[in-house]
Amino acid sequence: MTFLLALTLFVLAVFLGVEVITKVPPTLHTPLMSGSNAISGITLIGAVVSAGAEQTVLATWLGVGAVALATINVVGGFLVTNRMLSMFGSRKKRDR
Amino acid sequence: MEAQSDLIQAGYILAAALFILGLKGLSKPRTAVRGNAMGATGMLVAVVVTLTDNRILTFWQLGIGLLVGAVVGGLLATRVQMTGMPELVALFNGFGGLASVLVVGASFLEVREVGDDPTTTFTLAAGATALIGAVTFSGSVIAWAKLRETLGAYGFGAIGGVNGLLFATGIALIAATLGAPTSVALIVAIVAIGLVLGVSGVIPIGGADMPVVIALLNSLSGLAASATGFALGNSLLIIAGSLVGASGLILTQIMCVAMNRSLANVLFSEAPSSTGGADADEVYAGKVTSTTADEVALLLDTAERVAIVPGYGLAVAQAQHAVRDLTRALEANGAEVVFGIHPVAGRMPGHMNVLLAEAEIDYEKLIEMDAINPTFAQTDITIVIGANDVVNPVAREDPDSPIAGMPILDVDRSRTVVVIKRSLSPGFAGIPNPLFAADNTLMLFGDGKQAVVDINKALQEV
Repeated sequence: MTFLLALTLFVLAVFLGVEVITKVPPTLHTPLMSGSNAISGITLIGAVVSAGAEQTVLATWLGVGAVALATINVVGGFLVTNRMLSMFGSRKKRDR
Repeated sequence: MEAQSDLIQAGYILAAALFILGLKGLSKPRTAVRGNAMGATGMLVAVVVTLTDNRILTFWQLGIGLLVGAVVGGLLATRVQMTGMPELVALFNGFGGLASVLVVGASFLEVREVGDDPTTTFTLAAGATALIGAVTFSGSVIAWAKLRETLGAYGFGAIGGVNGLLFATGIALIAATLGAPTSVALIVAIVAIGLVLGVSGVIPIGGADMPVVIALLNSLSGLAASATGFALGNSLLIIAGSLVGASGLILTQIMCVAMNRSLANVLFSEAPSSTGGADADEVYAGKVTSTTADEVALLLDTAERVAIVPGYGLAVAQAQHAVRDLTRALEANGAEVVFGIHPVAGRMPGHMNVLLAEAEIDYEKLIEMDAINPTFAQTDITIVIGANDVVNPVAREDPDSPIAGMPILDVDRSRTVVVIKRSLSPGFAGIPNPLFAADNTLMLFGDGKQAVVDINKALQEV
């Protein structure tokens, strides 16, 4: 991927992010942060390649460390966000 | 960097779309659970298609990493208390930053092994990732320690000059990598500078400014992932990372506006000083009216509209459930009860809403500052629990005050204000609050939870 293409993606995604996130109400800002933590765990896909490729021993173990840390973010982030969000819906469930 | 296969590309486009739709789902409580699930699905798609990468030859180390991460992440997510959410998010921010540093470190070693000179994009992006990721990691660890209160709120005074110098050194080192793209020493030095900068940047920041810091570190963890994407030539890392970067930046901005401070002011100067405000004795002497739970119950019994303004003191006192019981009792009595939530009411953006939601208080009763302010004049009783600076009318009235211009909840405009507080001690801004001495204010001194329980009990007997 050329640098310019990468930069294009970056700039467009930032604008899109700003548009989408400004619509999130303050009530949901904490779940938004934990949810975006999970999304920033996307580093995982870079880590997966590093950990699984047959490289130098050091590179492999750096990759394994990265996989573990990023997986904590992904699994922990999505789970805790779900836990919080289901609290916001709890009244509706009781009413039914 | 090898090109991604068509399957991987297609998977990444799908994942990016799911992330965006997932974040969009978070714009309404009703669709938020589904949005979160879409984000998680996007992540699963991304990981599964990545596993088809032909560079992946061994799976056992990979399995160890995934297993350890899933177990630790699962335990953290299910065990955390809602009051501890800021600490957990701080920790996750840090892990994200460190993961990016490790990924870039691994691919740096790979490039070095192959022997070719890396591209300029790789070299610069790897340097940027090392710096941003390291700052995010050490800064988050310090933020986490401060939130747990294992580290004092104030380490030492403003060291903005030092931070500026460290940052400039980091940038200079990244520029230097262009001359020596395979130098391990340079990359290690960049990481070291980043680690020091994270510590020195966050340590002087006071407890009240933590919502800004967490939001900013959130943004940096996204930017670190995005920079990793530039280094690896990975489109999904760039897109997902910049979405998170934008999200954190917006939250940082919202928090700064709510505290009436610029980001530079939070990062590079000391917390607002207590000078410029009136003397506490002058404000309070002979004017403070103290009340009892029985009196408050009598007032509440005839109230038609009650507003409750919670501050972080409510969470510290674990009073959420007592407040819920009070709300139910008042509603059974025919009163309308709403909650006025200041944007910085908790220790991270939206924290108070989560704490009240956990106590099964309907989110539709949680009213934002701008929406509730015009209604205080029609409110019979406003109960302030564990909040101080965010209800200080000085912000509106005294242009010389350290909190002048800070958006506040206009509780002083309601007919009667009941303030539940341990003492007349000042809040984070360190200034007295004339609200406590106002004619329409009654002070109920004591522990937040006990006071609400007592009011509840008295209300049953009215």
